[in-house]
Amino acid sequence: MARFLLRRLLVALLVAATVMTVSFLLTRLSGDLAISIAGPNATQQDVELVRRAYGLDRPLWLQYLDWVARALQGDLGESYFFKDRVANLIAERLPITMSLGLVGLCIALAVALPLGILAAVRENTWVDRAVMLVALIGQAMPSFWLGLILMIVLGLRLGWLPISGTGSWQHYVMPGIVLAFSAIPSLMRLTRAGMIDALASDYIRTARAKGLSRLSILVKHALRNAAIPVVSIAAVQLGFMLGGSIVIETVFALHGVGFLAWESISKNDFPVVQAVVLVLALIYVGLTLLADLLNAALDPRLRAA
Amino acid sequence: MSALLEVAGLHVRFGEVAAVRGASLTVARGETHCLVGESGCGKSVTALAVMGLLARGARREAERLAFAGEDLRGLSDRAMSRLRGDRMAMIFQEPMTSLNPSYTVGSQMTEVLRRHRPGTTRARALDRAVELLGRVGITAPAMRLGQYPHQLSGGLRQRVMIAMALMCEPELLIADEPTTALDVTVQAQILRLLAGLQRDLGLAILLITHDLGIVARVAHRVSVMYAGEVVESAPTAALFAAPRHPYTRGLLACVPVPGKVRRDQPLGSIPGVVPRIPPGFAGCAFRDRCAHARPECAAAVPRRAAGPEHEFRCTLAPDWATRAEAALA
Amino acid sequence: MSGAVLAPAAARRHGRLLRHSGLVLGALIVGFVALVALLGPWLAPHDPFAIDLSRRLIPPAWMEGGTAANPLGTDQLGRDYLSRLIYGARISMVIGVLTVVTSGLIGTTIGVLGGYFGGRVDDAVVFAITARLSIPVVLVALTVAGLMGSSFTLVILVLGLLLWDRFAVVARSTTMQIRNLDYVAAAWCAGCSRTAILLREVLPNIASHLAVVATLEMALAILLEAALSFLGLGVPAPLPSWGLMIAEGKEYMFFSPWVIMIPGIALFVLILGINLLGDALRDMIGTDIAR
Repeated sequence: MARFLLRRLLVALLVAATVMTVSFLLTRLSGDLAISIAGPNATQQDVELVRRAYGLDRPLWLQYLDWVARALQGDLGESYFFKDRVANLIAERLPITMSLGLVGLCIALAVALPLGILAAVRENTWVDRAVMLVALIGQAMPSFWLGLILMIVLGLRLGWLPISGTGSWQHYVMPGIVLAFSAIPSLMRLTRAGMIDALASDYIRTARAKGLSRLSILVKHALRNAAIPVVSIAAVQLGFMLGGSIVIETVFALHGVGFLAWESISKNDFPVVQAVVLVLALIYVGLTLLADLLNAALDPRLRAA
Repeated sequence: MSALLEVAGLHVRFGEVAAVRGASLTVARGETHCLVGESGCGKSVTALAVMGLLARGARREAERLAFAGEDLRGLSDRAMSRLRGDRMAMIFQEPMTSLNPSYTVGSQMTEVLRRHRPGTTRARALDRAVELLGRVGITAPAMRLGQYPHQLSGGLRQRVMIAMALMCEPELLIADEPTTALDVTVQAQILRLLAGLQRDLGLAILLITHDLGIVARVAHRVSVMYAGEVVESAPTAALFAAPRHPYTRGLLACVPVPGKVRRDQPLGSIPGVVPRIPPGFAGCAFRDRCAHARPECAAAVPRRAAGPEHEFRCTLAPDWATRAEAALA
Repeated sequence: MSGAVLAPAAARRHGRLLRHSGLVLGALIVGFVALVALLGPWLAPHDPFAIDLSRRLIPPAWMEGGTAANPLGTDQLGRDYLSRLIYGARISMVIGVLTVVTSGLIGTTIGVLGGYFGGRVDDAVVFAITARLSIPVVLVALTVAGLMGSSFTLVILVLGLLLWDRFAVVARSTTMQIRNLDYVAAAWCAGCSRTAILLREVLPNIASHLAVVATLEMALAILLEAALSFLGLGVPAPLPSWGLMIAEGKEYMFFSPWVIMIPGIALFVLILGINLLGDALRDMIGTDIAR
């Protein structure tokens, strides 16, 4: 077990290193970053000035090492546009994105678990098919479009929730629902499949032969085992949701790191973009590691090994 | 001995497929009753039907299905679950997968007792579990309570299953091929254990098996099942001494008995396999494989008595076998 | 016999019928959109780029103020909405197909190599997949588009280079299963070269699994293109991408919701059709690909 986790940790570190390189190279793709930064109306002299000011005249590998060395100390550089430390900008916005992700995950689990269980218990009935239809619809729904529809219905027509912005908890509800929609189908299918397997298993037959109550059979015995993969996938899903939050934060003008990234992309503010890519990727790596830990904690067979 | 479990005219259908077709058997208090037959003849389904554990989609009908005089047919799911694990318990063929991998042995054992005896403290339930684990021959029982199923061998798991089934002192234990998945040496231990428990606790056991060796060693009474019907039922000694149904005779001919079977004599075998019984089938289901089949076999076959408590279902006269042997000699 | 295995026959038949109807519906939807995309120039009643500022935001024909000349109305620049929708189908289908071809080639190659050779090669492949999964797709695609200027080709390239992970995962695991089968060993013993074995023995046998992945990825690629275009960094402006149409209609959606409903529903139905097709395909070959 310890060996397994150590190996996973090693892989996670290697992935982190790879991601750092990718996010650095990403912003150097366009060729001359200085031209992009200086803007369309800059003269040749301006560009030269920018190039020297940001150290872009140095060889690429030197820039890379410099960036890595600083990043390792928590210094992600300075924003061209916001005139602030990138680390500060991200630290300010990250709680918003994390809250959004958690709200989305909670909604997703609150919907996916009961429906998945219901579908499994009523396998091959109209209930099951109705639930699978919900999954199919959820999968086909473009998130940004769903966001707009919710704005029209819940925001404008019914007036229940604020249409956009960042302020109170209400601002998280609609984006949370939209984000949840992307995770619900897979979590629901997984719950259903896990429950069907569990309910057909020999240990459930034993539990029934013991005369346990229906609730105990369903929750204590079946769900406990079906939940193991769901929990670890949920952690990974949270990572995907954070990565996908850029679309939703932009739709709802929710000022998290996704919105920050979108603003920075349109402003050619590359130190920020590069840092957001890095931070989101690192969070994802951390979450997959967490998923392994959760898996091990929940499954006695892994825990002891 | 009074009847503890009475089953008469039991039918179980899965859609179009009839798995059990009018099976009847009676288990008396404190006796070991063996239900034997080839795979696929409906033994397990009969047991599951008695326990009310059939899969969704199965239809169960019976002329009589009673436990300790109480009719099980009309019982609600809830009332049935009150009975299961308390007064009637069951163990299964697959000890490797029959325990929940996520909970400790102790947790799974105490949960039965606390379900059926509300108010039992955890400590008392654990004491009872330790006592029973010791009773089924597990060393260091207190240590086992904290272990998970995957940490135990197959034999140990089956012992845990047996101990768990005994938590509420049931009157009837149904054991569905409890030794099939185990090593031969372990098989003997488990059988000895079951026989001992039956003697000491006055337990009635319905033991399902396809192994006639087991039957000869532990059973008081034997019912032979074929294609969803009980074709012969008799006290063990009577059945082995004078089997009446051609199928029973065929089964017995497959077992080598030292002293009785000569060294170079080939072992018997029954040609063919258990047929799939189509809906609306009438007559003896064994007639396609039977050397004595006659035109009458296609009609309804009566149940005949061949002696005290010895019944069989065949068109042949009760003494056909003895006459045939006499004719040969 | 174990009774638990036997499901009621009636329910199974019912399930098969329903799955069958899913296949038919999915095939109908995808076939219809593909046909519309193919015949676009002949089907479109107007030039999708022709601006007429005097006829802006005319609602669809069935609504008050609609005209038969513009069955689905006009957009904020007076362009015929039906014609733009038809041309949008072309964009979605072309991007979906080309992205899947690109990512399928990359993913399958990587996955088959890892699955076939195992050992160090496989470690590297698994690592590549892990690293790829940790990179947020939308963010990276937007960044690249922001830096290099968005274009139709760029969207296909970026998505193609990013969405190969599931192809690799499935190709790797199915190849692993096949590698150990007797006929592959027989081919090896018969003196076939590695390339021949991979192309002639392995690939045809994992093709059905890859086809399922292809439907999933095509749906994903179309959704991502729409999202990128919606954010203004996908298919550039005069082109009628459905995502872009939704973005352009966004300002008017509170007063004329149909502006975003029409392209949104088109997108939704197409994705639904592709997914139905994929599900039916998966049920037919009985694979178990998590989604």
